[in-house]
Amino acid sequence: MAEHARHRPFSVRRIPGFTAIASLCFVLLYAPIITLVIYSFNDGESVALWEGFSWRWYESAWDNIQVQEATVRSLVIATLASGIATVVATMAAIGTTRTGAFPGRLAIYAIINQPLMVPEIVTAVALLIVFAMIKVATGYSGLAYLVAAHAAFCVPFAYLPIRARLEGMDLAYETAAADLYATPWRTFRHVTLPLMAPGIVAGAMLAFVVSLDDVVITEFVKSAGQDTLPTYMLGQLRRAVTPEVNAISTALLAVTVLLVSAFFVLSRQRR
Amino acid sequence: MQQQVSEGRVLIDSGKNSNDASLMIEAIGVSKIFGSGDSMITALDAVSIGIREGEFFTLLGPSGCGKTTLLRMIAGFEHPSSGAILLDGSDISELPPYKRPVNTVFQSYALFPHLTVAQNIAFGLQMLDRPKAEIAETVDRMLSMVKMEAMKDRLTSQISGGQQQRVALARALAPQPKVLLLDEPLSALDLKLRKEMQIELKRLQHETGITFVFVTHDQEEALTMSDRIAVMSEGHVLQVGSPHDIYERPANRFVAGFIGETNTLTAEVMSSTTDRISLRLGEGLELDAELPSGMTPKERVTLVVRPEHLRLSFGTTGSSLPGTVSNVVYLGTDTHYHVRLDSGDELVARVQNSSASDLQFGIGEAVAVAFEPSTVRVLRD
Repeated sequence: MAEHARHRPFSVRRIPGFTAIASLCFVLLYAPIITLVIYSFNDGESVALWEGFSWRWYESAWDNIQVQEATVRSLVIATLASGIATVVATMAAIGTTRTGAFPGRLAIYAIINQPLMVPEIVTAVALLIVFAMIKVATGYSGLAYLVAAHAAFCVPFAYLPIRARLEGMDLAYETAAADLYATPWRTFRHVTLPLMAPGIVAGAMLAFVVSLDDVVITEFVKSAGQDTLPTYMLGQLRRAVTPEVNAISTALLAVTVLLVSAFFVLSRQRR
Repeated sequence: MQQQVSEGRVLIDSGKNSNDASLMIEAIGVSKIFGSGDSMITALDAVSIGIREGEFFTLLGPSGCGKTTLLRMIAGFEHPSSGAILLDGSDISELPPYKRPVNTVFQSYALFPHLTVAQNIAFGLQMLDRPKAEIAETVDRMLSMVKMEAMKDRLTSQISGGQQQRVALARALAPQPKVLLLDEPLSALDLKLRKEMQIELKRLQHETGITFVFVTHDQEEALTMSDRIAVMSEGHVLQVGSPHDIYERPANRFVAGFIGETNTLTAEVMSSTTDRISLRLGEGLELDAELPSGMTPKERVTLVVRPEHLRLSFGTTGSSLPGTVSNVVYLGTDTHYHVRLDSGDELVARVQNSSASDLQFGIGEAVAVAFEPSTVRVLRD
């Protein structure tokens, strides 16, 4: 056995304690989530004391008008914001990969990815102040503020997978299209866009999930009665915590896992 | 034969003069400079060539000689820094690629991965807004021409390299361009497939009658396929001519060395007239050779002789060069004898192996090397 082992190539997996440390990391990552999921099926009122299996908190959440309204609002905002962000990100990605090197290219990357670097709370306060001024000036206090804010911080999340896709795409396809009588617009329409589509879909999904999930900026920007699902749940925690919050979280988790899995499948396609 | 001297280099064009009506492509003093300042690179330096309608024309040279740059300019992917490119008599230098009736077979093929074989072939015709029925008919014709009917609904990732090559050809030929450009299209194929495709390409060119401009660094490929060849080096065209011209009458040492194996010898000039020259090689050999027109020989000139034109015999005979066999390389149809001359020069002689001639020379044997004066080419440098 020892002789056999000596001839095997080095593997990080044979470092002493590797398995133990890796297992511990996974436990720390997933134990809380598994606990949350388990207690969403609790028959009792407590989020810590198991009293048997039941669907009652899912039924209660489903019937809760506030949860219904917040869910619809979250979906509307996420759909609009990820749509806007994806269009903007697609144009930005084309502009930064399909042109020759230009001065300030690095600065452009930094500016596009700004929401990833500026602390969210700073953006939230800034938006609160600016939107307050606009509200006073225009009198409008609808959902557009939330949509605009979400669209802004979703851009880098949509931009990164789209840019990655474009960078992996040989410019020769566009050259060949131009050689075969395609004008720049038709080259984009018939070659660039279909080839980058998996990247666009992946970017849109990532943006959708990020928007659906946001608490900090939403909490600062929303007007009264504009709770999204996450801010509604935050509000609930200030009062009595029931497994209803677990049930909503579990549902949200399920949707996110589905979307992120789809994202991975799509981003690995045709490479 | 027409000869031009530009910047110390000889440009010999055995073709017709440049305002010939049958010229499909004409490059007039085309230069291309990339970058600026210290990093400035001159890819092409005042290149002028004419490509005739319906011919198989090859741009041949080592990598970095500017052949691909010239091809990309004909396609419209690059624009000349100075000079002009004419297509069928009209200046296309500034036209974008999609407005030129010229199609390209790319080195990487660049087949659209999201389209099927048939859709790839139809692409150019669709962009030209041809009627659907005409597109379908042309695609079918192209598919049968490159023998890919069975594969028409496959994605291009599901076919082999040789098949991709055929699809790339069909896609570029479908719009019936005036000129087909081929950018080292055979370099990715293995030897057997490459030989097949060489024949296939010649057949397609013959069938379609389209002017082919072929770029390669492979001299053998150029010799077998071309009607005419332009040999390029460092942004200059050194010689334009038929494969026979280029091989038998190289314009200079670079062309002679780049096209096939060759022997170079230095000779002393004894006397010369306008078209003949009397030379002395070492002690043993004097000969009369043709002097290329327009050349004023100095005291010494360089001679090139192909290995197959050298004759070997035992011992020393009258007008020959004495030497010793230093190596023997058996190649099946013929044998290469490396001969070290008494003067110190090293020559290679190619002797055909046939049952009739049982001449065999061993290593270390004294031999005499002779050749016909008519097989000798005198060079200026």
